[in-house]
Amino acid sequence: MSQGLATSDLAELPSRRDEDWRWTDLRGLVRQPLPGSAPLGDAVRAGGPFESLGLSEIVLANGHLNWWPEGEGSDGVDVTVHDAPTAPHLSAAMPMARLAANGAGDPRALILTFKGAGSPGALVRLVSRASDSAHHARVGVMVEPGVDALLCESYEGQGSGYLANTLIEIFVARDARLERLVIADDDATAVSVSSAEVHLAPGATFSQTILTSGAKRQRFETRVSHPGGGAAVRLDGLYLIAGRRHGDITTVVVHEGPDGTTDQLTKGVATDQGRGVFQGRIEVAPGADRTDAKMGHHALVLSDHAEVDAKPELEIYADDVACTHGNTVGALDEEALFYARQRGIPEAEARAMLTQAFVGTVIERIEHEGGREIFRALVAERTASLA
Amino acid sequence: MLSIDNLHVRVAEAEILKGLSLDVPAGEVHAVMGPNGAGKSTLAYALAGRPGYEVTAGTATLDGEDLVGLTPDARAAKGVFLSFQYPVAIPGVPALTFLRTALNAQKKARGEAEVTAPEFLKAIRARAGELKMDFDMLRRGLNVDFSGGEKKRMEILQMMMLSPRLAILDETDSGLDIDALRIVAEGVNASRANDRAMLVITHYQRLLDYIRPDRVHVLAGGRIVQSGGPELALELERAGYDRYASAA
Repeated sequence: MSQGLATSDLAELPSRRDEDWRWTDLRGLVRQPLPGSAPLGDAVRAGGPFESLGLSEIVLANGHLNWWPEGEGSDGVDVTVHDAPTAPHLSAAMPMARLAANGAGDPRALILTFKGAGSPGALVRLVSRASDSAHHARVGVMVEPGVDALLCESYEGQGSGYLANTLIEIFVARDARLERLVIADDDATAVSVSSAEVHLAPGATFSQTILTSGAKRQRFETRVSHPGGGAAVRLDGLYLIAGRRHGDITTVVVHEGPDGTTDQLTKGVATDQGRGVFQGRIEVAPGADRTDAKMGHHALVLSDHAEVDAKPELEIYADDVACTHGNTVGALDEEALFYARQRGIPEAEARAMLTQAFVGTVIERIEHEGGREIFRALVAERTASLA
Repeated sequence: MLSIDNLHVRVAEAEILKGLSLDVPAGEVHAVMGPNGAGKSTLAYALAGRPGYEVTAGTATLDGEDLVGLTPDARAAKGVFLSFQYPVAIPGVPALTFLRTALNAQKKARGEAEVTAPEFLKAIRARAGELKMDFDMLRRGLNVDFSGGEKKRMEILQMMMLSPRLAILDETDSGLDIDALRIVAEGVNASRANDRAMLVITHYQRLLDYIRPDRVHVLAGGRIVQSGGPELALELERAGYDRYASAA
């Protein structure tokens, strides 16, 4: 963990000149250094969107460790605190991740290890209760061989004008499974970046669903190094952007070995002057034969001033590969809207119903039943306010 | 009950209905027949309040209350139901959910108590049975992967559940084989009621073998050009619409 944003850090911020950041410019937006966000006096316990699941809870508040079950956690989760190691392995293409790993401040990093039988789960809450300050957090997640784990992550913005920068490093061992569910609720004035580096062993399964409503500028980036060998990835996202918010979901999957699958579905809705960004890249390296990858991104633009930018990319250097992608951006179906209104459903309710149906297909893919219910309820609430 | 007087309707700059007048008293079923392009579907959409169908003159009242100017959902709550010629598929919204939402939205608009889930399920199960519909189909997305005949049955099922004051059936027979046509017609006939008016819009006389109208009107060139009893439909079937060409 680290704190603040020094003058020297400003030049490290990605800008529109960086191809991967051209729609989510941070350097042009954050022009002044920011002090580190202060640790909170009290423990922030019990709350956030995943509370009802009753998982082992870890709280990082303003980038500082706030609460964690020390040592052996319940339900097969070990939580340990380490002096943060340097991170030479982090991709140079993830400047914000490097900043999170290398920045000054709280030198500790938190590592969750899922182990043992059963289906362990943990909740990581990243709470920002700060104003006009910056904080960074770093979390490591290890899933031991054969373990079937659930990681819930909530971004809870309760301040204003803060810059929150999070790095999550995930290692899923052979024949292990991890489902990562992310719900973000940042403040409209915040800048928030979360970068995840995911390393899979052959035979591992990694599934992810992100739900976000954006921030002043916000990005969720996931990079997966995919070994093939029966490893399977599901990489889904949902952005619901209103007001003047900006939400960016970026993913990169590199298939490095043969016989791997990736199944990706991102949906989005932008209204008012909101802006949604989806960038998805699947690379199939030489030798990663028989890779099976599909990527879909579909967005609704509900107002004249809303915008969605999408860049789906497939780079294939291997043989006998099945890769497809589909990308659509459009308005709500006026035929369906009239049909629903003719049956008596008022316009706002009809719009919400159709919008919810549009994004619902992403939620149905969530494997964890309790998690799925939480997403479903939250999406119903958020789409009603978009319509 | 339904009273249309000198209705003019414009769609995308073109005047389609040019002074249409028509009365359908409560308890009666009237057929509107006419050649392609006469304005039959425009009449249906204008009564339902479809955006883009602009009433430039005239009135259309239901029970004395002018429908023009009301939103489509407000008209529905007043009892206007349109069975679409091409029903829309809504992926992700199960037919059961859609119909219960619609029914309760109408009830709410009228200040009535909403139906509970068990009441609703009991009623819809019975109606679906009458229409020989597979109940499991209603758990799927509305009209998603439904055949033409299934979609039309779904329209009639919705009509039965919503109990409208005015039912407008737009080309309900199109795309139906003879068995489906009979089932749909039986559903319509069972829905005849003393406090309900029905307007059956059709190009062919075929549907009227099953649904016997009290009156038949010929729509050509944006107006009703002839009205008569059920025998008029047979006459049209024999003679065709050519003699109304001058009205267009």
